Amino acid sequence: MKEVVLVKFGEMVLKGLNKRTFEDMLRKNIKRRLRSLGKFELTTAQSTTYITPLDENIELEEVVDRVGKIFGIAALCRACVCEKDFGDIAEKSVEYLNDILGNAKTFKVNAKRSDKAFPMKSPEICAELGGVLLERFPNLSVDVKNPDVTVTVEVRDTNAYVHAENIKGAGGLPVGSSGKALLLLSGGIDSPVAGYMMAKRGVHIAAIHYVSPPYTSDRAQLKVETLCEKLTEYCGGIAFFCVPFTEIQEAIKDNCPEEFFTIIMRRLMMEIAQRIAGKDNCLALITGESVGQVASQTMAAMACTDAVCRIPVFRPCVGMDKTEIIEIARKIDTFETSIEPYEDCCTVFTPRHPKVKPKLADIEKAQSAFDFEPLIQRAVENTEMKSFDYSK
Amino acid sequence: MFIYLDNASTTKPCPEAVQSAVEAMTGNFGNPSSLHRAGLDAQLAMDKARKIIAGSVGTESGNIIFTSGATESNNLALRGISSAYGRKRRKIVASSVEHASVDETLSALEKSGFEIVRVSPREDGRFYSADFVNACDENTVMLTMMYVNNETGYIMPVKETFTSVKRKYPEIITHSDCVQAYMKIPFRVTALGADLISLSGHKVHAPKGIGALYIKKGIRILPEVTGGKQEKGIRSGTESVPLICAFGASVGKYNQSIKERFEKVSALKSHLLENISGIDGVSVNSPDDGSPYVINISASGKRSEIMLHYLESRNIYVSSGSACSKGQQSGVLGEFGIKGKNADSALRISITAETTESELDEFANALRDGIKNIRG
Repeated sequence: MKEVVLVKFGEMVLKGLNKRTFEDMLRKNIKRRLRSLGKFELTTAQSTTYITPLDENIELEEVVDRVGKIFGIAALCRACVCEKDFGDIAEKSVEYLNDILGNAKTFKVNAKRSDKAFPMKSPEICAELGGVLLERFPNLSVDVKNPDVTVTVEVRDTNAYVHAENIKGAGGLPVGSSGKALLLLSGGIDSPVAGYMMAKRGVHIAAIHYVSPPYTSDRAQLKVETLCEKLTEYCGGIAFFCVPFTEIQEAIKDNCPEEFFTIIMRRLMMEIAQRIAGKDNCLALITGESVGQVASQTMAAMACTDAVCRIPVFRPCVGMDKTEIIEIARKIDTFETSIEPYEDCCTVFTPRHPKVKPKLADIEKAQSAFDFEPLIQRAVENTEMKSFDYSK
Repeated sequence: MFIYLDNASTTKPCPEAVQSAVEAMTGNFGNPSSLHRAGLDAQLAMDKARKIIAGSVGTESGNIIFTSGATESNNLALRGISSAYGRKRRKIVASSVEHASVDETLSALEKSGFEIVRVSPREDGRFYSADFVNACDENTVMLTMMYVNNETGYIMPVKETFTSVKRKYPEIITHSDCVQAYMKIPFRVTALGADLISLSGHKVHAPKGIGALYIKKGIRILPEVTGGKQEKGIRSGTESVPLICAFGASVGKYNQSIKERFEKVSALKSHLLENISGIDGVSVNSPDDGSPYVINISASGKRSEIMLHYLESRNIYVSSGSACSKGQQSGVLGEFGIKGKNADSALRISITAETTESELDEFANALRDGIKNIRG
């Protein structure tokens, strides 16, 4: 029995003339994600991509698991391929769905006939197949409102397909279709979630991280690299920029009032980030900030930080509670890495009493006490780049 | 020189594993929990091995816990899950042919109040997933089923059984002792439907004293060994970096060639079976579709232990019963319908892709002579 995976497109089906671009991007992403599993044939028709395994030993569970994490897909399912003949559809349905239907109490049949040349109309297919299944599985009864199992028959161009389990896709838009942005990745819980959320909207992610040895350790950087690796499952390839930041942090400590440390540090981080963004064709910055979470994330503090930004700063977690962020972090498997207890650059020289409502003029004045420009240039020059690609 | 045909008991560590262990004991000897560079280097070496092993069963590093071997992995799986989930659900379903490290642990759990149901093969000597589904109920906490039987090479219907059971009782936790399948039959944990699997190093050309337990993300397990919270707190104790590195090196090597080796070993099995088919009184206990790595035969009523020592005198090493139990009969053969004289004279020949046809020919000759010469 031949089995395929049907992939139903998400909101990109609503796109106009540029729909093809989105479809191509999605196909490319699917191919890249499945490459290490073996050979596949991908065909697209009527807003559905059919993934047909060409090697014998390919496990479709794994295919579904991987494709389920690709953005741009509304739903997917494993389906059995049938001839466009009711006899074959009925016979294969019984065999293919034996396990599922054998353990269910109620079911209904749903039919979609996009090939109008097929001699039976959809309601006829439902009624006939329902009858066959009822006869074969005496444990079943029909429930059209709330069935345990919905058997779907799709009669399409070249074949008919039978399936019973629709799996929700990752939603969103294909990664890469919305351009590229640079994610400030600290190693905490929020920033990987922010990256994931923007990738969901089709944004190709690059990441930037600041290291301050000896105040931060190699392990802290490795932790962030692990986060990058984990994000590739959703975001695809990630360019990772690692900025040497010790000199700047020590200069802030030596030259600026303690209560402004964090804000000034963040302004300098943003400055460096947008210079790197410019070099790497990133159109925006992404941070994991959420209003009011800590002193540097009040609205007043964000306004002071944004004052140095010449490109948009996206903060997809801005309106979320920590618990909501953690829920996503667990889902994308970054939570446990994020909570590893290594000091990161954000917690170096944390002021005892940070200013929660800083005024921009005060901050600018404090920052102007020292010429950070040569240090910024040095940090940008000495930034190291690593690439993380989907490695499964 | 000797002819070693007892690879299901243990294998010879491969040079890559040995070298990797030596490196970790000479240069890279830090404690992976230490914060300094020596500690980090040890951790990185360990992470690398963990990644290789995780990848070899289709999962991520975070789901692999290192243990001292498959016996500990099996104990941790069964005891750890029954303590975490077994307060209300008090039944564990298993196959009747499990390795002693599973079976004895189940007996211990039985004494502490769990109901243990052991599912036997049907009269044809085969297991059916439906029998396991029928043995499970709402009160079942766990189902454990080995992948390849260590004594006969029988391949259990793990995937079908786990899928069917999960479909009917999604909350039942599934565990598979994959020791004799690992690096011999390609499998991925997701496709297998297993929540936990046990792996052993020394069956795959790594040293003894190292094993692993795969734990699916989201499954809670209570530790059996507590202490410094290594291995996510599930198995405390400073990790044995040399053995872990050796395990990683051997898996890294053998994972590339599972298919090729399977074909080669299948050919070796056919060669052996053809060769001994002409010997009077020899019968084959392993199923045709079993793992080619394990071949169980009965030698004309000659007691296994005597035949084993006879072969040993000819420098050929095989096993009677399961070697872990020092020759004690485990009852597993009986479950497969191999009884009486046939069970008493059972020999297990377990080969690798490095075994040669001429070694097997020599074994066949020695077996023939043994049958002729051994009295009684």
